[in-house]
Amino acid sequence: MALITYRDAINQAMAEELARDSDVFIMGEEVAQYKGAYKVTRGLLEKFGPERIIDAPISEAGFCGLGVGAAMMGLRPVVEFMFWSFCYVAFDQVINNAANIRYMSGGLINIPIVFRGPGNGGTNVGATHSHTPENFVANTPGLKVVCPSTPYDAKGLLKSAIRDNDPVFVMENTLLYGNQGEVPEDDYVIPLGVAEVKKEGSDISLVAHGRCAILCLEAAEVLAAEHGINAEVVDLRSIRPLDEDTILKSVKKTNRAVLVEENKPFCGVGAQICSIIQEKVFDYLDAPIKRVSSIDAPQIYSMPLEQQQIPNVERIVDTVLEIA
Amino acid sequence: MANIIEMPKLSDTMTGGTVVSWLKKEGDVVESGDILAEIETDKATQELECFDEGTILKIYIQAGGKAPCGQPLCAVGEKGEEAPKVESPTAAPDAEKAKPAPAESEKPKEEKVSPPKPEPKASKAPSATSSGRRTFASPLARKIAEDKGIPLEAIKGSGPSGRIVQADVIAAAQAGVKGIPAAAVPLEEKLTPVSTIREVIARRLLESKTQVPHFYLEKEVNAAPLLKTRVALNEKLKKLGQSIKLTVNDYILKASAEALRTVPAMNTSWEGENIRQHGAVHLSFGVALEDGLVTPVIRDAEKKDLVTISREARELIDKARAKKLTPEEMSGSTFTVTNLGMYGVNSFYGIINPPNAGILSVGGTFKKPIVDENDNIVIGHRMSIGISGDHRVVDGAVGALFLQALAENLENPAIMLV
Repeated sequence: MALITYRDAINQAMAEELARDSDVFIMGEEVAQYKGAYKVTRGLLEKFGPERIIDAPISEAGFCGLGVGAAMMGLRPVVEFMFWSFCYVAFDQVINNAANIRYMSGGLINIPIVFRGPGNGGTNVGATHSHTPENFVANTPGLKVVCPSTPYDAKGLLKSAIRDNDPVFVMENTLLYGNQGEVPEDDYVIPLGVAEVKKEGSDISLVAHGRCAILCLEAAEVLAAEHGINAEVVDLRSIRPLDEDTILKSVKKTNRAVLVEENKPFCGVGAQICSIIQEKVFDYLDAPIKRVSSIDAPQIYSMPLEQQQIPNVERIVDTVLEIA
Repeated sequence: MANIIEMPKLSDTMTGGTVVSWLKKEGDVVESGDILAEIETDKATQELECFDEGTILKIYIQAGGKAPCGQPLCAVGEKGEEAPKVESPTAAPDAEKAKPAPAESEKPKEEKVSPPKPEPKASKAPSATSSGRRTFASPLARKIAEDKGIPLEAIKGSGPSGRIVQADVIAAAQAGVKGIPAAAVPLEEKLTPVSTIREVIARRLLESKTQVPHFYLEKEVNAAPLLKTRVALNEKLKKLGQSIKLTVNDYILKASAEALRTVPAMNTSWEGENIRQHGAVHLSFGVALEDGLVTPVIRDAEKKDLVTISREARELIDKARAKKLTPEEMSGSTFTVTNLGMYGVNSFYGIINPPNAGILSVGGTFKKPIVDENDNIVIGHRMSIGISGDHRVVDGAVGALFLQALAENLENPAIMLV
């Protein structure tokens, strides 16, 4: 198996789907000639031509609406946001229209669109460029949202997203683009709504998605080495649909849970999972459920402060030690 | 002008009662004859009938509340009329504590406040210690402790704020607390509000035991003929297609009535300046209920035959258990019989039920060795009968005569058939 970066895994997923299905096309700001702000679309213009790799003006509401319309007509657009923070100017298209057209057409019109791009903080780009809107999206019936943490998951989930007949939001992370991981050469997909236990453990369940799953794996190593705590790491991969079974099975085994996410805490993904756990496996809990999230404030511009605002290994370890 | 409906005096010994439930609520239109509420009195639950017409303006004593006789329970008047204000009785603290009357749109929450409340399941791991403080335990620890039958109080918590966690329960189980089977639930300390019936029992028996000088006599009788006759008569009754089945107690009631006719000095009452000898035997007998004891009365028992007494006793017992005895059926006794034979008690002495001059206490029938008329030791069936007498009215000799007469009746049951 080849060792490739998260960036290249996404690139491969798009290239393979572009080659497999002529209805697939890529659109976004600087995705063609500039190869993407983070070079995720490198080589695609040369291979698939300007009709399928389309540079859009700086007008998210416009090109997102165009994407929704194209999807209504049967194409499979993959629309890139330079940052997920910029989706907010296109909310009517991505949240209102994309989510509701299938329902409001009585199931006659599907919207097989993918919106993708990085949605993360921790890069010192300020409050308006550091959003993690997966909880917004997951709160909307009709939308699906995945947050891959590894190159393998990124490729498999993006391919599933492109083939899915409903709007799927793929939220990547600029801090993960350079991470390497083993990715098979051959065609594979990861179904939406299936979590993965990235590390088996017996003492506590760390439930996370995206880069936080990677932080949890690091925290699990610290916990094992320094505190003798054998943590299990559940990587959600998909926020909606959510794999409740894997979460509940893990908590039933370990009897404790820490939910980790980069979202701000209020109405975050962890709040929803916390509710599910206490409702469905209350009698298996040996301690209150704890959450680690970004500190509840606009994204801090100061780099050292921002590093404390978003979840980090130390904070995860400290939170685990409060209840384990 | 609104009419106030007060706690009625439903029996001669009733000083107050408990509103068990309201059958009407504020705003309901009522007419004469409607049943407004159920009232628990001294010894029975009775219906509160309405004698007015109009709309229920206000309920002053909510379900579950107690009130002395004469205390306003509700007001009935013209719709829209303001209900008269009444003061809460100091003698009924429960009524004061009761929630304020609900607004018209609200349904009265009768079930929630009606006594008695169902006991929490004993098998549940208790969440509160005997001191009433909550024991903190994680849901998992609570569940494991319950499965293992370990009381949470026996476990020391190691979690934050002393919370008991899984590890503590497992440690306790390994340390030997595990020996407790699931059924061995620890004794629970609890407070039960005194019911009206219990209150009456307490007051009347305390009066009796402190004001009536009791003396006690006991006599053992040969119960063999009685047992034999009972079996024979029941077989005969069965053959005749009668549904009735005579009990030992029926014989004792009949025998007591006969003995009182023989020794009328025992059928008397202390009235301060006079001693009244009653012209009839109104025979009361104890019926144990879950929450107390009632004493229904068989009137003119000396005139009734065994089968009639048996029938009436059965009816009264059934009514007592259904709490449907009327005050009349429980008052006016001249003598009382109490029987603990069915509980395996050898002998005991009752507390006199005023204004009776005595109470008969009957123990169980046991096989024991006795010396017969030929000085042989044989197996006898022996029953102990005792009497507690009011020494103001009767002396030991009278009590002895009565026991003698009673013993003769019991040992020669055929006499009673005459």
